[in-house]
Amino acid sequence: MSEPVTSIRRPVRLEYDFTAGRAMSRFLLGLAEGRILGQGCPECARVYLPPRGTCPTCGVPAEEEVEVSPRGTVTTFCVVNIPSQVLVVPVPYVCANILLDGADVPIFHLIQECPIEEVRMGLRVEAVWVPAGELKATFESIRHFRPSDEPDAAYDSYREHL
Amino acid sequence: MAERCAVIGVGQTKHAAKRGDVSMPGLVREAAARALEDAGLTWRGIDAVVIGKAPDMFEGVMMPELFLADALGAVGKPIMRVHTAGSVGGSTALVAAYLVQAGVHERVLTVAFEKQSESNAMWALTISVPFQPPVVAGAGGYFAPHIRAYIRRSEAPAHVGMLVAVKDRLNALRNPYAHLRLPDISLEQVAASPMLWDPIRYLEACPSSDGACAMVLTNGDGAKRSPGAPAWVWGTAMRSEPVIAYGRDQVNPRAGRECAADLYGQAGITNPRREIDVAALYVPFSWYAPMWLENLGFAEEGRGWKLVEDGVTAIDGDLPVNPSGGVLSSNPIGASGMLRFAEAALQVQGRAGEHQVDGARVALGHAYGGGSQFFAMWIVGSEKP
Repeated sequence: MSEPVTSIRRPVRLEYDFTAGRAMSRFLLGLAEGRILGQGCPECARVYLPPRGTCPTCGVPAEEEVEVSPRGTVTTFCVVNIPSQVLVVPVPYVCANILLDGADVPIFHLIQECPIEEVRMGLRVEAVWVPAGELKATFESIRHFRPSDEPDAAYDSYREHL
Repeated sequence: MAERCAVIGVGQTKHAAKRGDVSMPGLVREAAARALEDAGLTWRGIDAVVIGKAPDMFEGVMMPELFLADALGAVGKPIMRVHTAGSVGGSTALVAAYLVQAGVHERVLTVAFEKQSESNAMWALTISVPFQPPVVAGAGGYFAPHIRAYIRRSEAPAHVGMLVAVKDRLNALRNPYAHLRLPDISLEQVAASPMLWDPIRYLEACPSSDGACAMVLTNGDGAKRSPGAPAWVWGTAMRSEPVIAYGRDQVNPRAGRECAADLYGQAGITNPRREIDVAALYVPFSWYAPMWLENLGFAEEGRGWKLVEDGVTAIDGDLPVNPSGGVLSSNPIGASGMLRFAEAALQVQGRAGEHQVDGARVALGHAYGGGSQFFAMWIVGSEKP
């Protein structure tokens, strides 16, 4: 009597082509130039990043291009201790919600070049780009963020973004 | 609404890290057969099947409803699938309830499941997409920053998350279907467990489970003919919100607040803390218990943790939360929301066994999904509304 077949392993693989659209296309092309481009809403004046061509709150087109600072504030964060299959960063590493100066919604990115225990809410950080010759129309043009050696942002300056 | 809706049958599987003894059809059939038996019905008595599960990548099988139709007795009958990420178990039950309330069908079987052992849900959630940096590590990596924000905003003491982790695991010992059985669980053990996604510790996170849940819903006539006392649906609500919006509050989401307000309005509840006897909340990470207590209006903003600390949410407390052990003890993702809804029904039917809350007459079932984007809730009661 042979053993029953309890499982058969089959890998699943999925590749797809992403149609960026006008807004995301501008954003990605900006990254290829070392610039971070958001879009402002004509009604509420909030700046969205990455831009989507519309304001989800007002429900109107938001196509005014606004360049956002590569510096910002860590609003909140997480220390990851589980190795990632898609991210080639040794654990532990820090993922943070970063509110860039001039933007009204935070982005999520890595904090590096900083001891983990020194990462905190309100920490001021700046983008670290890949070398100029390697800039591409991809989010990976920003390698990570690192402390910018500015004083911490006051809690009240970012609490509404938590 | 043309018809009343009532739960007349509940069934679930034993939840486990790996249910190698059953195939996917076997798993859903185990829950469905128990729900039918509970309702005193056979497959023949069912008019339609509504099935739900989380993203297809969680098992690596596209559109499982196609090959589960026969296992669920749906040949020659309508079957449809609902999908709203982690809240799907709740929204699936609600779609079934709407079919009954709208007078489309008299008896609907609703089933939700996940067989996480057949793929890798954590990494199915950790995909590399071109519109965001590839830095998120699983659901915990997504929710941990919002938990940190809650702790900062509410100034909650650090042990609150651990209190929830211990309470729910002790409750699970009363539930024969629960996946985790941790009789020796203690605050010290939780504190000493590895920090996975700081501030979430290993023992403050839900397990990965295989499991399914099913219910039979019917209208007023069907409930009259049912052998046991039904759980009556007093109110139902779903809400969603965008991924990115200025002022979007992921600690206390607007969609959750508005969903609860709609629900309580339908059920005639003005003071949920006093009028709801037991709450089955979707708490995959311990800190979501105080967060949802606030979002659902059981506590003022920033004070949910006090209900945990004061023992109010214990099984013998004034507002028991997750007496079955909740998602922290069993997490077949797609089924997790329906298990909350089913637990609410069992409680008001007085059939929750060892984890029955004495005198429960009104119960809340709650589910959420996505990045706190989708909410599904119902209130069930022992009395016909």
